[in-house]
Amino acid sequence: MADTLLKVTGLQAWYGESHILHGVDFEIGRGELVTLLGRNGAGKTTTLKSIMGIVGKRTGSITFEGEETVGQPSDKIARRGIAYCPEERGIFSSLNVDENLGLPPIVKPGGLSVEEIYKLFPNLLERRRSQGTKLSGGEQQMLAIGRILRTGADLLLLDEPTEGLAPVIVQRIGEIIRQLKARGFTILLVEQNFHFAATIADRHYVMEDGRVVDAIAAADVQQSIGKLQTYLGV
Amino acid sequence: MFELLGIPPQALFGQLLLGLINGAFYAMLSLGLAVIFGMLNVINFTHGAQYMMGAFAAWLLLGYLDVPFWASLVLAPLIVGLIGIVIEKLLLKRIYHLDHLYGFLLTFGMALVIEGLFQLQWGSSGAPYPNPIPGGYNLGFMFLPAYRGFVVIAALVICLATWYGIERTKLGAYLRAATENPTLVRAFGINVPRLITLTYGLGVALAALAGVLAAPIQQVSALMGTNLVLVVFAVVVIGGMGSIMGSIVTGFGLGVIEGLTKVFYPPASNTVIFVVMAIVLLVKPAGLFGQTK
Amino acid sequence: MTSQRVGYAILIVLALVAPAFAYPVFLMKALCFALFACAFNLLLGYVGLMSFGHAMFFGMAGYFYGHVVKAWNMPPEIGLLAGVAGAAVLGLVTGALAIRRQGIYFAMITLAFAQMVYFFCVQAPFTGGEDGLQGIPRKPLFGVIPTKDDLVLYYVVLAIFLFGYAAIYRFIYSPFGQVLKAIRDNEQRALSLGYEADRYKLLAFVLSAALAGLAGATKAMVQQFATLTDVAASTSGEVVLMALVGGLGTIIGPVVGAFIIVTMQNYLAGFGQFVLVIQGAIFVVIVLAFRKGVVGEVMDWWKRRRSPST
Repeated sequence: MADTLLKVTGLQAWYGESHILHGVDFEIGRGELVTLLGRNGAGKTTTLKSIMGIVGKRTGSITFEGEETVGQPSDKIARRGIAYCPEERGIFSSLNVDENLGLPPIVKPGGLSVEEIYKLFPNLLERRRSQGTKLSGGEQQMLAIGRILRTGADLLLLDEPTEGLAPVIVQRIGEIIRQLKARGFTILLVEQNFHFAATIADRHYVMEDGRVVDAIAAADVQQSIGKLQTYLGV
Repeated sequence: MFELLGIPPQALFGQLLLGLINGAFYAMLSLGLAVIFGMLNVINFTHGAQYMMGAFAAWLLLGYLDVPFWASLVLAPLIVGLIGIVIEKLLLKRIYHLDHLYGFLLTFGMALVIEGLFQLQWGSSGAPYPNPIPGGYNLGFMFLPAYRGFVVIAALVICLATWYGIERTKLGAYLRAATENPTLVRAFGINVPRLITLTYGLGVALAALAGVLAAPIQQVSALMGTNLVLVVFAVVVIGGMGSIMGSIVTGFGLGVIEGLTKVFYPPASNTVIFVVMAIVLLVKPAGLFGQTK
Repeated sequence: MTSQRVGYAILIVLALVAPAFAYPVFLMKALCFALFACAFNLLLGYVGLMSFGHAMFFGMAGYFYGHVVKAWNMPPEIGLLAGVAGAAVLGLVTGALAIRRQGIYFAMITLAFAQMVYFFCVQAPFTGGEDGLQGIPRKPLFGVIPTKDDLVLYYVVLAIFLFGYAAIYRFIYSPFGQVLKAIRDNEQRALSLGYEADRYKLLAFVLSAALAGLAGATKAMVQQFATLTDVAASTSGEVVLMALVGGLGTIIGPVVGAFIIVTMQNYLAGFGQFVLVIQGAIFVVIVLAFRKGVVGEVMDWWKRRRSPST
């Protein structure tokens, strides 16, 4: 990997008393699309939250563009160029679509303009004055993704963007993620839906019990399918 | 002259005006209380003391520095708001992770300290503040003192401006979002702790502004906010703290109800708001504009 | 458990000989506030409800006592009963409304009702308004016990206090008290187990109000007056402070807190508003640094000492 954007070493994290991550190691190169796979409770979401700086306590090292972020508050981390789309989508009910979209501040040049985002998600444009949580699940997901494209962040953390959505919408989100990669965004994707992940990712990391236990390149997925099925319990 | 239900119109409209003025203060104070509660999860018991500090700031500025009323209208809230910011940074921010009750107790303690110190320094009898707009208008059915009319209009403008600021501006969007989910807002790169400090400063400044407006009408005294804040708590329970417009409407509405009670059944005028509260609790426990939380 | 028994035995002996070292009137006042604080703490410490209006029960009971004994010329035991009953009824009405909201709203609602009661007392004819009810006669209790003698009255008040304290103790450790704790810790689960949480809360509220009334009526009997101060918001705040200083959720804490605060008020009486400033400052310091209160901190220290850095 010529240009490492994010490097995680020996990451441990806690929620209150419960120890969730027990030493996570992986890295992502600039422009890559990488997924974290694993069963429920393996620590995928916690890994994203740790990168973002919103877990109770974390130790180890997370460097972004070569700079250490462990110990920094989450707003500082976001301002370095990491944007987060949470699993529960985090659409604000007291804000309309426009306001939700405009909420995250621009941290770097190079983000999409509001017009470009609405071009990407035409349904949102029609409903730009609606209350955020009145949208359908798919629209909320698109809003949650669209919202972080404006900021100019280099690294997008997407937590299960296809969860609970109809196949057509899953397909649409897949196209959009591919387009984002083509535009040069680096993406770390947490997915339960391996078949979805396999169609778009460059590489996969597999997590088990709070650790990364395996790394599989997209080209090797076919050979590793048996192994993966054991990991994911499918 | 005509009479309404045996009440001379001068008395009726006079009390109605007084009710509107009281309602203006209820609205401004409950608004600040609601905004602070949304962001800080603290019921700011110091609100009445900060209202008093606003009036005192104007009185002191006039007495010692000859600062006119109109300048105090800006300066006093600024000063008191800054003191609020210091209080937030030194004390309040240490208790956000605790149960709401601790914030209530902490701010209650601060109110005791502030009001006690002002009483020690200036006594509790109160001092008059000169009326900045003397005179008035004869409207035919009543005499309208110019300053009192000004207070009602100014308070309305301030309330609507606050509503606009929260519901229609970018900063307001940050506030609303951070009230819902501060962690996520911070993860977007917004400095939420600073936003919280600013919110407290603004809420306190709003209370101080109400205090400045009240100075020419009431005596400026150390205890002028003590009972007021208790009534405002009842107003907040009646309105529910979910809605900005709800706070404004409830505040003015209860002021008017209180004024009318003074006309028709004076002995109950002190307690009518609490009776309304009891009725609202029976009928709609979450408050007129509130969601159960 | 035995060390607790020994502790109580020592305290009771101390209470019996205390008049030899301190003014009985001061001790009686402290005991009244101690009972008041225990009654308040029953709600906050064991049901998780913070009433910021408990002065309405304390103060109103004082007025009831005074009115019954002075205007109706009844014996003091009837006055005490009237105080307790009146406070209980008031507790039933305000409690039924207040428990419809929780947490911080509950505190604001009780505060508002107490303020309503305060305004009522300012205007109502039988309270004497700003002057209060003065010169309530000290008549013999049960027709025989000469309460005119401060020392005799002290033992009467001590007996009343111990009765109230024992009632609270019994209540907390009864099955009923256990249900209340379950409700405090997890109301949803208690509801799903079939407990009608509101009923339990209301009963605890009424009991707390009645005991606060007992304390208030006893205070009126001791001091021979009932005034607006005892129904004012500041008194509601004081009882919160006492419980907080002593330690919330410990049964003895409020007693300790009451003695500390009453003693402090006694010494600072000449400094006027300074009392308020200092009380406010204590609130701030306790909330920021010593949330467990005196008893809680001492118990922690004791535990640490007994298990040295394991």
